[in-house]
Amino acid sequence: MRRWKKQIYYHALMLPGMIFLIIFSFVPMFGIIMAFQNYIPAKGILKSKWVNWDNFKFIFTIPDSKQIFLNTIIIAFGKMLLGIIVPVCFALLLNEISRKVFKKTVQTIVYLPHFLSWVVLAAVVQYIFAYDGPINSLRSLLSFDPIMFMGSNKWFRPIMIFTESWKEFGYGSIIYLAALTGIDPGLYEAAAIDGANRWRRLLHITLPGILPIILIMTTMSLPNILNAGFDQIFNLYNPLVYESGDIIDTYIYRVGMLQRQYSLATAVGLIKSVIGALLIAIANKLVTTHSDRTMF
Amino acid sequence: MKLKKRKRLHTSDILIDIVTFILMLLCLLPLMNVVATSFSSSAAATAGKVGILPVDFTVNAYRKILDDHQFWRSFMISVVRVILGTALNIALVVTMAYPLSKNRREFYAQGIYIKFVLFAMLFNGGMVPLFMIVNKLGLLNSIWSLVLPQAVGVGNVILLMNFFRSVPKSLEEAAEIDGANPVQILTYIFLPASKPCIATICLFCIVGHWNDYFSGILYISKTSNYPLQTYIQLISATFDLSKVTDIEKLKQYLMVSTRTLNSAKIVISVIPLLIIYPLLQKYFTTGLVVGAVKE
Repeated sequence: MRRWKKQIYYHALMLPGMIFLIIFSFVPMFGIIMAFQNYIPAKGILKSKWVNWDNFKFIFTIPDSKQIFLNTIIIAFGKMLLGIIVPVCFALLLNEISRKVFKKTVQTIVYLPHFLSWVVLAAVVQYIFAYDGPINSLRSLLSFDPIMFMGSNKWFRPIMIFTESWKEFGYGSIIYLAALTGIDPGLYEAAAIDGANRWRRLLHITLPGILPIILIMTTMSLPNILNAGFDQIFNLYNPLVYESGDIIDTYIYRVGMLQRQYSLATAVGLIKSVIGALLIAIANKLVTTHSDRTMF
Repeated sequence: MKLKKRKRLHTSDILIDIVTFILMLLCLLPLMNVVATSFSSSAAATAGKVGILPVDFTVNAYRKILDDHQFWRSFMISVVRVILGTALNIALVVTMAYPLSKNRREFYAQGIYIKFVLFAMLFNGGMVPLFMIVNKLGLLNSIWSLVLPQAVGVGNVILLMNFFRSVPKSLEEAAEIDGANPVQILTYIFLPASKPCIATICLFCIVGHWNDYFSGILYISKTSNYPLQTYIQLISATFDLSKVTDIEKLKQYLMVSTRTLNSAKIVISVIPLLIIYPLLQKYFTTGLVVGAVKE
């Protein structure tokens, strides 16, 4: 009897959260039906015409979609790459600094951009790369012509990748700093006695020590290959750079919410989330088989 | 030999200091520019003369914001939203994480629930269907549209669930023998034992709600109901001259260029985050590590 009472308590505790999950997570999943319809809001999901795979066929025929897919992957891959390299290097740098006050100050400042929204940082980035902004002033000092960075298809992607790394590298280094404290100090003492200099200790003790966590973080970032960062690009792009900067998520927003082509937007979203879920499953498999962790 | 070695170490130390210092400046200077611009005269700001220190120091921009009703309305909407949203987030995270942290012999349905929760984490219907649900429920343009759709943070549930599992079983068993029911065990044993984890999640939620501008764009069409970040997104994108009704207003507008005004608004919007920043730094660093070393 008491056992059943306990079960009822547990179910009751789950109930409120499950109601919210059902309404705002599971019911919208039925919305993907729209991807297989020519959805017309006035008719609703039940009465709109079924078109089977036509929306998907349409996506694969328009030239935009290839460009958008490519933009997404290039920007996301660049961010993933810098998102591993820069925080690791920065953590290694910080680890070599022995003066506590300096280290603490640096940490306080470099973690800050992580907590600011892209709405705020977009204003900062836009000013720095503006036509009359500091970077162009520097260029004119060196007698180069100013460039319209934010309107240039050549510069837009590198700027997105670089500024994302600028925002996140400090915060991203925390996990590696934690891993660095876990390395046995005895190893360094032994190496110092053997006459290993700073560079050799870094190469033969520190790097191998944090290699497992680097590999895990890399694997876990794999599913992000289709997430090029909606908030950043939405706040920084403009029609001039759609060619190089329009990504899947911004495309879904414009087509779905602004042009009200619900079916098309849902179909694009479905393709993205299927690939994303597949990548998460693969990454989780890799992490669980090669380490004692799971992603969840 | 020994002396030489010491000197080598010394130069590499300086090099490391310099590189780190440059990286720090890279983060700091752009932010300082915004602050400096907000305290500069509009002429200097439009001419692009402001670097990292104010030029022709003035607080005109801030004085002007004091009279800006829409700004403060949006500010208050954001404050209310953070309070409501975080309270709801925490309540649901705690109540869900506790039963989920039980194993299948203790809670028979745990397996089914966890599958549901993970499924919700992996898949979503996307922006458009969610918008239609919010619309059907009649939440558009109300503050609830900013709070309810993101009431359950599945990632946070998993984080707290893993933390609950690390609480010693013996504590719970002792309480059970004393006749405590699950709700009492949760409130008197699990909650006090997982304060740092809950504090971390709490801060996650506060920052998330404060910084979220996109819910406002999606669900709110009346500008007067915008939360602060959505409002700032709007003013960064457009400059509305239609509000200028007479010469006096126009003079005010010209006195404070949009650049200094926007900078001042951005600075004010960031102040609440700066106030809780010491807490953020303390808990986010530990929280991240706790989340990372889970089994």
